[in-house]
Amino acid sequence: MERGTREYTLWSIGILIVLFFALMPVLWIISLSLKTPATITEGTTFWDRFIPQDITFENYESLFTGGLSESPFIAPLINSILIAIIATTIAIVLAAFAAYAIARLDFPGKALILAGALAIAMFPAISTVGPLFDMWRTLGLYDTYPGLIIPYLTFSLPLAIYTLVAFFREIPWDLEHAAQVDGATPYQAFRKVIIPLAAPGVFTAAILVFIFAWNDFLFAISLTSSDASRTVPAALAFFTGESQFTQPTGNIAAAAVIVTVPIIIFVLLFQRRIVSGLTAGAVKG
Amino acid sequence: MSEITLNGITKRYGDGFEAVRDMDLEIEDGEFMILVGPSGCGKSTALRMIAGLEDITEGELRIGDTVVNQIAPRDRDIAMVFQNYALYPHMSVRENMAFPLKLAGVDQGTIDSKIADVAKVLDLEPHLDRKPANLSGGQRQRVAMGRAIVRDPKAFLMDEPLSNLDAKLRVQMRTEVARLQSELGTTTVYVTHDQTEAMTLGDRVAVMRAGVLQQVGSPADLYGNPKNLFVAGFIGSPAMNFMPGRIAGGKVSLPFGEVSAPESARDGDERQVIAGLRPESFEDVSLVREERDRGVTFTAKLDLVESMGSEKYAYFALGSEGVHSEELEELAADAGLDDVPGGGDQVVARLDAASGLKRGDEAELWVDTSRLHLFDPESGQSLTSG
Repeated sequence: MERGTREYTLWSIGILIVLFFALMPVLWIISLSLKTPATITEGTTFWDRFIPQDITFENYESLFTGGLSESPFIAPLINSILIAIIATTIAIVLAAFAAYAIARLDFPGKALILAGALAIAMFPAISTVGPLFDMWRTLGLYDTYPGLIIPYLTFSLPLAIYTLVAFFREIPWDLEHAAQVDGATPYQAFRKVIIPLAAPGVFTAAILVFIFAWNDFLFAISLTSSDASRTVPAALAFFTGESQFTQPTGNIAAAAVIVTVPIIIFVLLFQRRIVSGLTAGAVKG
Repeated sequence: MSEITLNGITKRYGDGFEAVRDMDLEIEDGEFMILVGPSGCGKSTALRMIAGLEDITEGELRIGDTVVNQIAPRDRDIAMVFQNYALYPHMSVRENMAFPLKLAGVDQGTIDSKIADVAKVLDLEPHLDRKPANLSGGQRQRVAMGRAIVRDPKAFLMDEPLSNLDAKLRVQMRTEVARLQSELGTTTVYVTHDQTEAMTLGDRVAVMRAGVLQQVGSPADLYGNPKNLFVAGFIGSPAMNFMPGRIAGGKVSLPFGEVSAPESARDGDERQVIAGLRPESFEDVSLVREERDRGVTFTAKLDLVESMGSEKYAYFALGSEGVHSEELEELAADAGLDDVPGGGDQVVARLDAASGLKRGDEAELWVDTSRLHLFDPESGQSLTSG
């Protein structure tokens, strides 16, 4: 049908335009990362500047030269990966237990805990930086993994708890009763029945916490001073260019691309899990 | 041995509300006991207390010889079938049934053979590897039962397992449940609000109202000798007809005539009573031969005649002022009626299908007064049944 194909093409064009617009910054950075330092600002028209004249991978290579000790990028990358994964794991475990209790039990102070969690999430993080700097230096947590993981947990737990409470509430209580009667301890019921059903919620919360920890700049730059625990967003600020006055734009762009790719893969992988509708239609019996 | 004994079982909530009050019940080994009653009567709460899903406020619960008040559900060796089946959605049918066995540490070989046996009995073999979401209501119900059966527990506890099925399937599954229970011989406690299910399934039936046990007995016992107004009006469909009566000098005056009072109600002064007559106590006079002396004939104008094919139901008014009582009002509320069933002025009589009576007829009817039930209007207690 002509009408059909015309609508289809118009929609496709429209979507492509919107996509291009939205992805423009990402594409621009990719294009920057492929340019030599000399040609960064070359080109007069938009397309001349957008498409690199000489494609080079030297920006990517120089990030990794020098190995662990010399390269400005490898150590921060490892720090980022480890800190984000550790923070996510701890946050999910703690949030799961807390959310389970909140969703199922009625205990004194429950409303207070929820309100408190919300208040913490809304608290301006920057106002905590000064005191944290002092505290960490005193405690010896400055420039260490725990030094970053603890603030990340503090500010991402409320969100994780709220997400998981919503998912746990969806699961009918009778399933746990059935598990109890079938011979499970509360912990076994939680692990074998509830968690698999809350998996979409767990992955959603995990993504949110991971992105928060991975992208954070504020705490990374304030609470670290060396490659011992500096993560990539902060490390990018310390990249040196060819001379005192030039910005290593190409290098920064290459680093940014490398840092964005895991997030994209992460989200694409887990997005399928979230949408898979693990409990769709099966919850009533 | 797996008898279940309830001794003075009470469930009281924080605000003082008593869902179950001082319940005494002895369920014998291998018995099919039904707990029946209107919504909110405490039957599900009682069942959950037996299961261990609710704490017992007062009283003692025994399974076998052991007092199990403090024992967790997982250690009571009972299996439960829930109203909404509570199947684990992320597991296949096979895994659902294997779950309790795995938790008990049974070896895989035994698990496989047990599941195979049960699947055969319940006709679930083609569905073993499917997920609950892909099954029909009746199939899910059978999986829920299968999950309970594989465990070979001391008792089955069933909480209205058939109420989510459509009417035809319900009738079918009812016979399945009855057959299974008699084959397996496991003690079963079954909760339902449907008195038809109660009457057809149970060895004994326990009627509950507002947390209090009203009467326990075989279905025939409850039907023929109800101890109070509530049980009389709850059991039997269509419900028993209630009308005002007056006892004086060994006779009972009813709206349609006077009859001699039954033995047990003869003494005492003249007083008001509530008389109960089941629809089948009535008959078209033209179809009554030998039994005439046992009853009384009277005339009534038929407001409505419903023909069911196998029998006819005739509705007529007695010209009395009707009967009012708390129990009857609760029965009406439970049935969703505005007026008390059979307690208002209207009587429903069951006539033989051969009767030629129609709506509007001035019918001559006969009622078998040897089957008269008399109740005290204040307490609701029966004056005729022990």
